[in-house]
Amino acid sequence: MTEIKFRLNGVPVTMESDPNRRLLDVLREDFEMTGVKEGCGEGECGACAVLLDHEIVNSCSVPLANCINKDIVTIEGFAKTSRYKVIKNAFEEEGAVQCGFCTPGMMIASESLLNKNPNPSDQEIKIGLSGNLCRCTGYAMIIKAIQKASKDGDGLW
Amino acid sequence: MVKTVIPSSLIEALEYLSNEQYRFVAGGTDMLIQYHNRSLLPIAFKDNIMYIAHIPELLSVTEDDENIYIGACEPLEALLKNDLVPQLLKDTILEMASPAIRHTGTLGGNVGNASPAGDSLVPMYLLNTLIEVRSKHSTRRLRIQDFIQGVRKIDLHPDEIISRIIINKLEFTKASFVKVGPRLSDAISKVSFAGAITLVNGVVDDLRFAFGAVNITVVRRPDIECLYINKSLEELKASIDEIIEKYKPYIKPIDDQRSNKEYRTTVSINLLRGFIEEL
Repeated sequence: MTEIKFRLNGVPVTMESDPNRRLLDVLREDFEMTGVKEGCGEGECGACAVLLDHEIVNSCSVPLANCINKDIVTIEGFAKTSRYKVIKNAFEEEGAVQCGFCTPGMMIASESLLNKNPNPSDQEIKIGLSGNLCRCTGYAMIIKAIQKASKDGDGLW
Repeated sequence: MVKTVIPSSLIEALEYLSNEQYRFVAGGTDMLIQYHNRSLLPIAFKDNIMYIAHIPELLSVTEDDENIYIGACEPLEALLKNDLVPQLLKDTILEMASPAIRHTGTLGGNVGNASPAGDSLVPMYLLNTLIEVRSKHSTRRLRIQDFIQGVRKIDLHPDEIISRIIINKLEFTKASFVKVGPRLSDAISKVSFAGAITLVNGVVDDLRFAFGAVNITVVRRPDIECLYINKSLEELKASIDEIIEKYKPYIKPIDDQRSNKEYRTTVSINLLRGFIEEL
């Protein structure tokens, strides 16, 4: 057991835990942040995506040891921001949500992309989402939703 | 009971290594997947583990007149934004993994993992890369083709750590990387290829080819490359079939879940042919 400190959704956290745990398990089991989903568990689907120091990572392949003194934001924390509201509205309007399992990861990927590139091209959106799988929508609506968020959220990113 | 350590400096890491053997976790994108046992329990590593992703000395990117020095744990995505990093390596990193994995994955990890399908290894072989390894008492620099000895086999002593990747500053007339995989991202290559050429007044001044996932390590053959130095571009193009014949004995891929021998051989040869034909 090691004392591990990090910020979770803006709140400083100190925990005694095993640094070999996956961040995904810590978020879901210890903090009940079940918006973070386990899909493949191998870094291929992006359902477990969170922001680590404001960049998208797969929490299934991040050890707790690598979170020390980092800033971690899950979909639960991101949902409190005005950027989230723009992305949520755009996903709803464009029909970018069907079963919803990939959606938290897709929204985290959208935020990570728009944070660096507020006006992405179609190709840049595809690269930004390239680590996130969706088995319902066929992606076209998600790409449209990000275009809409980029337009509606002008000035937010 | 295996130990877990999280050193905060390179000196501390080397001190641990001088006493006991450890396996390293940098970004964790390979190690966590390899050892995860489909439970909510901590990863059940079988060896002592040292976490190294945050060690400041492994995170710098510097240069001198001849070389670029990349810290072993600098994340791949950060390299994409660094002006010092050669374009050929950036082109390769863009084809590797996904944004999420590039934010945590490292060049040191790709080298240490020594997979025959490690994408970044292909341009690194092409660019005459040196791997710097440190121990408490010594620093060694090895050519990448000597450091990587086989599938997941590297020349790293138990008290050593990969510290920096040293890449020669080189300019080419044309340099390109091609990856063949089933998906834009997060796909392990079926095959990969890099080629580079420098032409001076229509004459070949430098010529390099590297092939990934077709042998136990990346294939690069300076003995074949040098036969075509000082030839004209026309002579080089007229020699395509001869060049392919010379590479064939070294293109010895396997059948696995990602592809098969015939496909890998044919595509590798076509990539070589395409690179020369398009000059």
